[in-house]
Amino acid sequence: MWWRSASFIRDRQNQNPNPNPNPKPSSLLHSELDDSPSSPTSTSMAALNPNPNPISAYYQTRAEHHAVVTSDWLAQSADAAAGDVAASSGAASGGNKGEGGGVGVIEEFNYWRKKPDLAEAVAAVMALGAVIRSSEATTMNELDIELKKASNNLKSWDTTSISLSAACDLFIRYVTRTSALEYEDFDAAKRRLIERAEKFGEISLKARKTIAMLSQDFISDGCTILVHGYSRVVLEVLKMAASNKKLFHVLCTEGRPDRTGLRFSKELAALGIPVKLLIDSAVAYAMDEVDMVYVGADGVVESGGIINMMGTYQVALVAHSMNKPVYVAAESYKFARLYPLDQKDLEPALRPIEFGVPIPSGVEVETSARDYTPPQYLTLLFTDLGVLTPSVVSDELIQLYV
Amino acid sequence: MDLRRPNRPVIGPKVRQVGFVTPDSAAATSSSSIPAVSAAAATSAGSPPSSLSPVMIPPPRHPSTEMSNPHFHPVGSYNPSEQILGSPPALSPSRSSRFDADGSDFGGDDDESVALSGVGGGMTPKSSLLMRQPVTKTAPLVSETHKRDSNVSKGKGDGPSAAPKEKLTKAERRATQEAQRAAKAAAKEAAAAGGAPSVSKQPKPATKPATQQKKDVPSGSGPLQPLAPSGSIEKKQGKKEVAAPHPRMQFDDMTKVGKLKKRAVVNQSEARNRVELFRHLPQYEHGTQLPDLELKFFQLDLIHPSVYQVGLQFLSDKISGGNARCIAMLLAFKEVIQDYTTPPEKTLTRDLGAKVGSCVSFLIECRPLSVSMGNAIRFLKNRISSLPHNLSDKEAKSRLQSDIDRFINEKIIIASKAIVEHGVSKIRDGDVLLTYGSPSVVESIFAYAHGIKKNFRVVVVDSRPKHEGQGLLRRLVERGIHCTYTHLNAVSYVMHEVTRVFLGASSVLSNGTVYSRVGTACVAMVAHAFRVPVLVCCEAYKFHERVQLDSICSNELGDPDAISKVSGRKNLNYLDGWAQNENIQLLNLKYDATPSDYVSVLVTEQGMLPPTSVPVIIREYGIERLWT
Repeated sequence: MWWRSASFIRDRQNQNPNPNPNPKPSSLLHSELDDSPSSPTSTSMAALNPNPNPISAYYQTRAEHHAVVTSDWLAQSADAAAGDVAASSGAASGGNKGEGGGVGVIEEFNYWRKKPDLAEAVAAVMALGAVIRSSEATTMNELDIELKKASNNLKSWDTTSISLSAACDLFIRYVTRTSALEYEDFDAAKRRLIERAEKFGEISLKARKTIAMLSQDFISDGCTILVHGYSRVVLEVLKMAASNKKLFHVLCTEGRPDRTGLRFSKELAALGIPVKLLIDSAVAYAMDEVDMVYVGADGVVESGGIINMMGTYQVALVAHSMNKPVYVAAESYKFARLYPLDQKDLEPALRPIEFGVPIPSGVEVETSARDYTPPQYLTLLFTDLGVLTPSVVSDELIQLYV
Repeated sequence: MDLRRPNRPVIGPKVRQVGFVTPDSAAATSSSSIPAVSAAAATSAGSPPSSLSPVMIPPPRHPSTEMSNPHFHPVGSYNPSEQILGSPPALSPSRSSRFDADGSDFGGDDDESVALSGVGGGMTPKSSLLMRQPVTKTAPLVSETHKRDSNVSKGKGDGPSAAPKEKLTKAERRATQEAQRAAKAAAKEAAAAGGAPSVSKQPKPATKPATQQKKDVPSGSGPLQPLAPSGSIEKKQGKKEVAAPHPRMQFDDMTKVGKLKKRAVVNQSEARNRVELFRHLPQYEHGTQLPDLELKFFQLDLIHPSVYQVGLQFLSDKISGGNARCIAMLLAFKEVIQDYTTPPEKTLTRDLGAKVGSCVSFLIECRPLSVSMGNAIRFLKNRISSLPHNLSDKEAKSRLQSDIDRFINEKIIIASKAIVEHGVSKIRDGDVLLTYGSPSVVESIFAYAHGIKKNFRVVVVDSRPKHEGQGLLRRLVERGIHCTYTHLNAVSYVMHEVTRVFLGASSVLSNGTVYSRVGTACVAMVAHAFRVPVLVCCEAYKFHERVQLDSICSNELGDPDAISKVSGRKNLNYLDGWAQNENIQLLNLKYDATPSDYVSVLVTEQGMLPPTSVPVIIREYGIERLWT
């Protein structure tokens, strides 16, 4: 699956002396601030006890990365900044000389995870790559076991993150599915594995740029785009479109409960893209003027559908009934071997919801953080493997897994 | 060139009618709709292949069916005479084009065969007129039309069939065709100009009854039948092997059916009053063939006893269900291989393949093959032909036998275990699961889920006439599973409480269509309308690269008596003696095609897949790829 990666487009572009290869993302400005303030404590806790609370760690991380910057949050992060740097450097060194097993991989993972522009899954891929590199195993079997152990560790760190477990599975699948395993010489085989791991990491790192380039053709001048949720891929797509001097409008949903839309619209406004905020319930009202819907994905499942932030299904349904295309931008490491049959057929990922006022007693609150959008409501998926129809997802997965 | 089109409705005697058409109305419509031109057009022979059957099916590509196709011979045994009489009108265009394409294989025969098959297309309808006379008509009418028909057909048949016997080149033939077409056009114009000219009217009564009677009741075993293929039979004496009917042979083509009968081991008498849209499928009267076949036991030295036994079990429905039939067949083949000795001056790979082929054709005569069996046969033939030549008989035989064992084990038994594991993961506590019929894999899913203490309830939906669901119900209840039993009629009522629908499949085609026990499509459609996920459980060896859009082209007809009689209700006898009444046609279909839209997920041993991924599985893990 990866060798057919469309990332060659990116490679080609890098060869050209491009005046502005990576437009300065405004998020970098926040990078120091974004370094999660509470992570030293929470990760050490996580290392001891994976998944300590019912709240989805995945969404916690995302909230940490993308939450609207408030004044007290700024203060907190300023306090944490000094200790954080020390912690991360320690983690990096610890990861490099880690024994490849339990603690090392988590530390390595946390080191990568704290980079705000890096997806959790890519962090996991990097961490696993480090495991192979630093492994002291002497046989292939040992290395295999070690890798599996590390990946299980990572997965249990956050069971609700689909992309994390999908990326771990894909990494192991991709790295070990090579004829190198039959080599007599272990060192050569290991070198081959490291090579593949690096390639995988590179592809994962480049994925967003590749997707952004692939989807440029779909954005035309004067179009109106509806965006739901904060997706770094979608942001990259829009950013690149703006830097290509395309003129378009963006409608941004509010994205309750963590108001991801506010953050997203802020970034777009900073780029000079005309953007309008909608409350989540105004999607159908605004759909008339929308030309296309762009969403990201937490995970792409085998049916070709996506699992994404709560409300995506609703947006896709409205768009489908009004015959508007729904485009999904998702990196291929999010392809998961899951096949949900309906909304309840998912690992629940819960998230606290604030209503501003106290919840009346005896009232239940639906705290699920994500929903499943079936493939028939999606038009195309932009991935780093190319622009795919939903049905191709399972074809790719079959070729890699079965 | 634009004249080609007007020919079709005229020469092709079928006015396509959809649904259940009684012969009378068919006759009425066809007589009123066929213009006077028909006669003029019909007189000109050598016209492009005529009488297109309502459903045209291209010849299959996969090797097993070509092996069993009676008209497919290796180059050496190619027999052009068979082409003349045997080529069905529906197939002839593709056939001639195939000859055109690889004409080099046939060397000098090429031109002739094309010419002959072209003319054969024009000729066959007429020569087959005789056997299409309805026996139920009153005697004078029959004899009268018969006489006229035979006159006409003789008069017409001689000219064109004699002419192309001398070799024509393609260009020449084309020239004659053009000329004929021009003449036809002229005649037609004359007809149009002169209102209803007497010239074209004159031969009309002769051809018209014939065209209608094609739609009428086909005579089951009339004395007239041997007339048509008599010539071809003698020429084929040299052929030893029992040829199988083409798996998708068009049984409304009387010439072919007649030929088939001559060669058939199993004498099945055909049911009468067949439904218009399903004429191309074989339909036999049930229960007539068993004693006959038993009598023949000692005459049929070609057929191995174990194959014979399995065939009889298929016939009498003792073994049914895709997996059971496939396993029974493979075990029988294993015994065939066990008892096989290579005859002198023959090689095992060739001769054993032929031997298996003849066994297969016997089984097809007993009951049409299912897709799963077809795939298994394809696998076996593949294995036989890929045996290295330097192997001793004993080694080769043991290798084949272990291959068969492995196929049964890996593709059927282990596969269903894997499916059970996947399927169970979709059962949650408190689910209400619905199933239809008695799919074996689904049964083991339920049993396993119950075994691991999942708390669920099962709705078994059943239907007439086979009531297979009762067996399933009994076995599930014995296990202590809470069950509800209902009939297909009530499926829309029970569906609202159902949370998952588990279905089995006879095969899954490459466009995602699920081909399964009749009624499955109905259940799936209702489930889709109620937004209940439909899980189709099917082993990957049942996947087939064919594409099918409806349940008409390829299907199997059951015993019509099964639906006319209601067991236990003696007073429901309205349909007694229905076979004597021309106005009644009973349709007992065995399979139907569920469109992929209604299928949420296919549960296979390769995991859970959307129905759109079937081609990938076939491509990557098809039977051909197995151990090759």
